[in-house]
Amino acid sequence: MAKNSRSRTANEINASSMADIAFLLLIFFLVTTTIVEDKGITVKLPPWSEEKPDIQQLKSRNVFSVLVNAQNQLLVRGEPVDIRYLKDRAKEFIANPQQREDLAERPTRAIISLKNDRGTNYKTYLEVYNELKAAYTELWDEFSQRKYGIPYSDDMPRAYQKEIKAEIPFVLSEAEPTAYGEEN
Amino acid sequence: MSKFSKKRGKATPAISTASLPDIIFMLLFFFMVVTTMRDAELKVQVSTPYATELTKLEEKSLVNYLYVGRPTPQYQSIYGTKPRLQLGDKFADVSEIPLFLERHKVKVPESRRAQITSSLRVDGTVTMGIVQDIKTQLRKAGQLKVNYSAKKRPTNLQ
Repeated sequence: MAKNSRSRTANEINASSMADIAFLLLIFFLVTTTIVEDKGITVKLPPWSEEKPDIQQLKSRNVFSVLVNAQNQLLVRGEPVDIRYLKDRAKEFIANPQQREDLAERPTRAIISLKNDRGTNYKTYLEVYNELKAAYTELWDEFSQRKYGIPYSDDMPRAYQKEIKAEIPFVLSEAEPTAYGEEN
Repeated sequence: MSKFSKKRGKATPAISTASLPDIIFMLLFFFMVVTTMRDAELKVQVSTPYATELTKLEEKSLVNYLYVGRPTPQYQSIYGTKPRLQLGDKFADVSEIPLFLERHKVKVPESRRAQITSSLRVDGTVTMGIVQDIKTQLRKAGQLKVNYSAKKRPTNLQ
């Protein structure tokens, strides 16, 4: 008799609370985690050296100087420019389609020099950097379309990428910032 | 005649909830895989700017995070509203960066140390002064791979 009752009670575990337990775990993970958007502009900083690099040696036609002041205004090659036109200006400078005398001799010779103030907004700085990078990306894309017939992307063959970057290298030099503006 | 009514009366079985835990577990595993643990509580307000030329940071274990922004309201009475650097879960001075980088580095296998990226999560309203100091410090420490964290700009805005 006793045997009979035991076998009857042990035949099934009530699993209805399993869902509640799983829910608890789920909610715990939902609260403690974040879906981080780990995206950004990747930059390679130059190695630290004590001596100052000399930019004066370069021909001025090959240098595309961008200055950003503490009021977040842009001075491109000596004239104020709105950030909306920065990308096109940079593209024209690097590619120099009309072989003008005052723009870069060749894309390999082109150097972009970026200088900001300590009081420049980070947002503006990043926008400027983004525009300059976008100029290069567009040039790479155009080159890739012309030569290989495919758009430029990180997934394309390494050899192609290398060749594109050898033709149009991304050279951006950042000067030590000025300290006129107010920091806050 | 009673053919239909009989059948209807009989067919009211309870819906089986036996598969409910499995469904929830599936959801749970999905979230566990997709998300990462929040490693540090933010003590500074960080709202990263928008950009278009973004690259994705692939491996989380090879990334260390530096947060820069204004202290959140509950810390403003102590730390003021000037932008501050946060390393790990506490406020830090720029001079503490090399030690912070070294602490992260020892956790990474030696063969992969060249791939370590520093993710700068900087608030958009911060001025470049502190960012410049951090960059100088990173360069001095030999940490040259840097990612300026940014959000994807919605395309219709441009």
